[in-house]
Amino acid sequence: MAKVLIPTPLRQFADKHDSVDLTGTTVAEVLASLTQKFPDLRKQLFNDEGKMRSFVNVYLNDDDIRYLQKDATPVASGDTLSIVPSIAGGV
Amino acid sequence: MAVAAPPITQLNKDEILRYSRHLILPEVGMEGQLKLKNAKVLMVGAGGLGAPLGLYLAASGVGRVGIVDFDVVDYTNLQRQVIHGTKDVGRKKLDSAADSMLDINPYMQVDKFDTAITSENALEIIKDYDMVVDGTDNFPTRYLINDACVLLGKPNVYGSIFRFEGQATIFAYPGGPCYRCLYPEPPPPGLVPSCAEGGVLGILPGTIGLIQATEAVKLILGIGESLVGRLLLYDALAMRFRELKLRRNPECPVCGDNPSIHELIDYHQFCGVPNPAEVAPVAEQQAGYMSDTEIDAVALKARLDRGDKFQFIDVREPNEYQIASIPGAKLIPLGDVPKRVGELDPNQEVIVHCKMGGRSAKACDFLRQSGFKNVKNMLGGITAWSDKIDPSVPKY
Repeated sequence: MAKVLIPTPLRQFADKHDSVDLTGTTVAEVLASLTQKFPDLRKQLFNDEGKMRSFVNVYLNDDDIRYLQKDATPVASGDTLSIVPSIAGGV
Repeated sequence: MAVAAPPITQLNKDEILRYSRHLILPEVGMEGQLKLKNAKVLMVGAGGLGAPLGLYLAASGVGRVGIVDFDVVDYTNLQRQVIHGTKDVGRKKLDSAADSMLDINPYMQVDKFDTAITSENALEIIKDYDMVVDGTDNFPTRYLINDACVLLGKPNVYGSIFRFEGQATIFAYPGGPCYRCLYPEPPPPGLVPSCAEGGVLGILPGTIGLIQATEAVKLILGIGESLVGRLLLYDALAMRFRELKLRRNPECPVCGDNPSIHELIDYHQFCGVPNPAEVAPVAEQQAGYMSDTEIDAVALKARLDRGDKFQFIDVREPNEYQIASIPGAKLIPLGDVPKRVGELDPNQEVIVHCKMGGRSAKACDFLRQSGFKNVKNMLGGITAWSDKIDPSVPKY
């Protein structure tokens, strides 16, 4: 089981959950479980070709998966996956 | 700008008294306080993040702060922009912020730039400062400031906020990552609501702005461990800070090993949003405007008064509907539109409104894609209704 942290802007697409525990042995598998559970999230996280959108980053614990093995990064039980989208507010 | 003044090498007696709690800190001391005195920080935006930044940079003794802002203080700012007071409503934020800062600390210089920061003026404005603190509120300006800082080699002390969450880091520190390393591209327009549409906890920009101020002061003093290479995330509801590693992307188009961006670009185009300077404000359009896709408050009022038949939809949230509503509008929050679309007749005209016109535009797009033949977005939303038609409808 990995914990997936869902940020505020995306909670409206995830039945208002701020985190969910999901199974999967790689980042791709965990995210597939996530979008299976919350289908509305799929369009937010992935483009039409199924590629992760470039204003959404995914971190395994505190590391950006782009610098690990991207989607194929192994996920162990007890790991935390954070979804961190771009926000711009300031005034 | 004038030729750089020689560094100040001593403080006067009043300043020594004023900064005594710094001077007795070994990590600051006279040497550090003189670094602050000689520092030049450019603050872009005198709003939510800019308010605590301006106040504390002034109090800390930063010798010169430039402020870039073209906005005017309004009542909705006062819930969080503590550098402005009720007496300042209607004044330029630039003047109000400068007055507050100089009241706290008359031994500083405030440079006022009464303009939006643009691709044309950014390099010229930023080049005279040691660093930028970014207190802006939109993606085009965020990318513009990032690229300008990378090109000039000036650190960009970054903070951003959304509802109850904030992010802070330092971009463009020589050798460190930049904003494009973190997010190569902005989200499509409309996906992330602005604070005006999404709301923001008033205290939140205080927390994040003070983290930026802390990092700016540490950079000036050259002490501690900076946020370079770390993205600090703050969740006010959980009251939790987390940090994530940031890396410079060797393939980054602006700070990478073989950069493809060597000058500032059109950031509105990059972010897919209209340039506000090129879009006539609603107020300047002729009152009573209506097209196949849009209608303004005056034309809408005339049609309601005539008893025209159309489906009138409000796509705001229920808590907003409680604050104010336009008579005759049916509430279907934007997020519910797809599942409640069956309540509407696709062959009849639909007029959609929200608070300012952003969310209703998205609802209109959705309805058109769903086969609705005659869909109009109400320009300016209920805010324009309050301005133009019924001032007793509260603005928020």
